[in-house]
Amino acid sequence: MSTFLFIVFPYVAIILAVGVGLYRYWTNRFSYSSVSSQLLENTKLFWGSVPWHYGITLILLAHVFAWLFPGLTGSILGFGPRLFAFEVAGLALALFAAVGIVILIARRLPTLSRARAVTSPMDWILLFVLLVQVLTGAAVALFDRWGSHWFLSAAAPWLWSLVSLRPDAATVAPLPPLIQFHFLLGFAVILLFPFTRLVHVVMLPIHYLWRPYQVVVWYRDPRRRLAPVPASQAAPAKSHFSSAELKE
Amino acid sequence: MNVRAQVSMVFHLDKCIGCHTCSLACKNLWTSRPGTEYMWWNNVETKPGTGYPTLYEDQEQYDGGWKLERGELKLRLNSRAGELLNLAFNPRLPSLDDYYEPWTYKYNDLIDAPQGDGQPVAAPVSLITGKEIDIEAGPNWDDDLSGSPVYAANDPNLKGLSEEERQMLFATERLVYFYLPRICNHCANPSCVAACPAGAIYKRGEDGIVLVSQEKCMGWRMCISGCPYKKVYFNWETGKSEKCILCYPRLETQQAPACMHSCVGRIRYLGLLLYDADRIEQTAKRPDHELVEAQRAMILDPFDPEVVARAHENGIDDGQIEAARKSPVFQYVKRWRLALPLHPEFRTLPMLFYVPPLLPVTGSMGDGVYDNSADFFSSLESARLPLRYMANLFTAGDEEQVAAVYRKLIAVRIFKRAQTVGDIPAERVAQTLEQARTTPEEIEEIYQLTSLAGFDERFVIPPFSREAAIELVQITQQRQEGGGMGFLHGPQRGL
Ligand code: SF4
Ligand code: SF4
Repeated sequence: MSTFLFIVFPYVAIILAVGVGLYRYWTNRFSYSSVSSQLLENTKLFWGSVPWHYGITLILLAHVFAWLFPGLTGSILGFGPRLFAFEVAGLALALFAAVGIVILIARRLPTLSRARAVTSPMDWILLFVLLVQVLTGAAVALFDRWGSHWFLSAAAPWLWSLVSLRPDAATVAPLPPLIQFHFLLGFAVILLFPFTRLVHVVMLPIHYLWRPYQVVVWYRDPRRRLAPVPASQAAPAKSHFSSAELKE
Repeated sequence: MNVRAQVSMVFHLDKCIGCHTCSLACKNLWTSRPGTEYMWWNNVETKPGTGYPTLYEDQEQYDGGWKLERGELKLRLNSRAGELLNLAFNPRLPSLDDYYEPWTYKYNDLIDAPQGDGQPVAAPVSLITGKEIDIEAGPNWDDDLSGSPVYAANDPNLKGLSEEERQMLFATERLVYFYLPRICNHCANPSCVAACPAGAIYKRGEDGIVLVSQEKCMGWRMCISGCPYKKVYFNWETGKSEKCILCYPRLETQQAPACMHSCVGRIRYLGLLLYDADRIEQTAKRPDHELVEAQRAMILDPFDPEVVARAHENGIDDGQIEAARKSPVFQYVKRWRLALPLHPEFRTLPMLFYVPPLLPVTGSMGDGVYDNSADFFSSLESARLPLRYMANLFTAGDEEQVAAVYRKLIAVRIFKRAQTVGDIPAERVAQTLEQARTTPEEIEEIYQLTSLAGFDERFVIPPFSREAAIELVQITQQRQEGGGMGFLHGPQRGL
């Protein structure tokens, strides 16, 4: 059972996320958008979107950092006041994000609201899953102490084993069900990624920081005008019939 | 000198009759899809008025366009990093209510209503939620100064006008207004392009048309705030930004854009301008009152052999140069200096220019008699709209530059009146011409293009040679074979 949950399921989620995500990008890039509803409703959005995005981004960064550098994280945090402070900060951020997503859900609820009019079924699923994920995260932080400590010895090795293609669920199998659920739902979010608006996460436009302000696109090269294709290099003239024959 | 070609426009405001035909031509062609109902890529607003979306000119509120900071050109909206931090919520985005909530009527109720005593009514329903709504605003709610205490009195361009001047503007007897039709200016220094974090908005090198790549747009909404003219719109259905495309599919097939083609007042002119792209930045950095003149200087003379040689180097062909020479925009903007950009102080170097309205003759109401014999040709001093107001619109507040335009416009009127009616003494005509620094020959030309010009003189569409351009990147035979029968898919909102 734990093999299926902690090895097969994560791989399926990741493969689908990457595969379907790329497929969607290549075949229907138009569908990549944050599909913002700010134009339609923007007062509640402020109280929802800002806490949510800032809260969840910082929490995710902490997760990723602890996973990538477990040793370093361990030595920074130790087992004293720093660990405690880190945990308190994490919990506060989780609650901050939770408040945000509750407001994001609430603003789409009323039947008359304009934001409701642009809410797809996948939006509801995603919002609900994210809410549960944040709440279980907060619960884990509260009831299974100290997450940032045991994460390093239980979750990080498991995640590394997945990455290095030598999957081993031994360190996570004995964990309490609440923690396991949080892990699984985390991969469920990854699974949802290519099928929802979550795709906007990977489109964060970092290159805006250094690209020139103005974008000018040419059909021809303005400075060095390309010579027209010489007749000798052009495709051989084919009659309409011969090309039809070729295709048969 | 880095010569670039730009398809640009002149709108002659004295001729606009406010019929909104242009807006409807555009709407029928481009924005009758779900998500775009509220967009008017072409809109016509009454001035004085707050415009569409409400108060769009007030950059204290919207932070559109550029600002000069210690000699550097910066987006008013935010720093680059600041923009990225605001992706989740853009504090400067107008809400739909700043435009209006689009609606239709339940027309079927008129037919399906059961027999009864009262007349059946078609209740308005929102085109977004489908629910019944109270209509509170429309795209031209302030047409012809309706509701002027709400709209016109709040016009940001009234700043600097004395209380007396404001009263003069609104006193019923002297009620005065004019129309300002607006489309995207296809700016030379577009702040919408600069504000887009995804790099989805671009200016076409060959003709200067500014477009939003629908594939690259991620719905970050910064362009909408970045454009000081609020001419990028957010499609709430597809989650993408859209804007005026200057009807490029029509232009590429030598047809005038729909709004211009349909313009009843024939106020619109379209033609090519050549300009020096190396001077964009330095031009946009000039002090407020020098902006108009600097932009004029940036526009090059297509008769100058040096300009032509450099244009050739940049791949601008003889057909385009010929078009630039015949361009009505070149005449109005550069030669006659009659057309001015709207709000040059936003520093986007707009490439749509306006001939300011002279407005009808002044008249006075005494004892119920309407008397306009006093000064038939509204001398500048008795102009109905204070010069300061026009200066706020077209010259970043410099009254002298607007006055110079008006002197010439008045000279044209006086000269032609003397010529056709003969009731103005020759000295007065000569004096007016001298004040306006113009000549009879120039006046005849202005008169010709303003009042008599036919379709082909108003729209000098340059050869686009897209097929030649395509040849450079793809073998034409392959391109042709790549087309064919098949299916086109409509834009589908992402999940
Ligand atoms: S007017 Fe057009 S080109 Fe200029 S900033 Fe606005 S959208 Fe961009
Ligand atoms: S169609 Fe022409 S005359 Fe009519 S409102 Fe538009 S710009 Fe003015």
